[in-house]
Amino acid sequence: MDLKGFDHPGGPGDEGTRSVKVMIAGGFGTGKTTMVRSVSDIKPLTTEETLTQASADVDHLIGVAEKTETTVSLDFGKIGLNDSLMLYLFGTPGQERFWFLWNGLFKGALGAVVLVDTRRLASSFRAIEEMERQNVPFVVALNVFPDSKDYPVEEIRDALDIPEHIPVVACDARDRESSRDVLVTLIRHLKDRSAVALESR
Amino acid sequence: MSAPRRPTDPSGLERYYVLTGGRSGPGGSASSLDVATLIVSRTAPAPGMQHEHEEILRRCRDPLSVAELGAHLGLPFNILAVLLADLLEADRVEARDPIPAHDARRGPDLALLEEVLSGLERL
Repeated sequence: MDLKGFDHPGGPGDEGTRSVKVMIAGGFGTGKTTMVRSVSDIKPLTTEETLTQASADVDHLIGVAEKTETTVSLDFGKIGLNDSLMLYLFGTPGQERFWFLWNGLFKGALGAVVLVDTRRLASSFRAIEEMERQNVPFVVALNVFPDSKDYPVEEIRDALDIPEHIPVVACDARDRESSRDVLVTLIRHLKDRSAVALESR
Repeated sequence: MSAPRRPTDPSGLERYYVLTGGRSGPGGSASSLDVATLIVSRTAPAPGMQHEHEEILRRCRDPLSVAELGAHLGLPFNILAVLLADLLEADRVEARDPIPAHDARRGPDLALLEEVLSGLERL
């Protein structure tokens, strides 16, 4: 089978547009969609995966009219980094138990931002665990809600058991610049990791 | 005494079944499609093409991510992946996977991270 155009996109000399992706993770209601919305160049969109696949078994379809499909939604946005590089941001589904259902959700991502609501630290435990388990590099962003107490960052780091080398920053997910700064923190962190990895080779 | 029942709402599973000819998941080249994979048309829509295929070719004159395509066409990822597999096999579109920060063979891609960083700093 001829797979050209997939295995070797564009061929030599192609200066075509490429993409990178960053995941915005965190517990339910921590502001993932808000962050995607505040930094995106486009009106944020939603894409879905149906968990009930359209089966090849015809019988299966009879009587499904009443059935509600289970869908996992991803809110996403994009940022034009330059003429030929697009950054796609994907807010993960609020219920972490769905993450594994979306095949390769984190595969190929540069890294992730884990949003934390300081009033409900426990809601993001699962997201942090999942990043560690899937080996996704991440930074932690404390989304400062208007009625959040002013927690010292280091206290939160201890409470969440975040290792010293992983940045923990405060942000306001509603604010474009603040959200942009979180992404900058993530990319700088990735650069630092890469530099360390290169030195130890 | 009633007329044969017809589907009243061409949405959901029945619609997807028709769109994909009952295929539930892409094989081959489209199985590695990512939500951030960019799709670019290589040819113009041809007469007699399935409407959705035509629509994909039209929308992807400029590179568009699979996620955006899905949102614009109102199709879930797995259904869209089947349609894209058809177009990839016929060489009518090109798929460009998102660039990872770390390549298994070449190691970390510092130049890429630098490019992302300067793009963000310009925002």
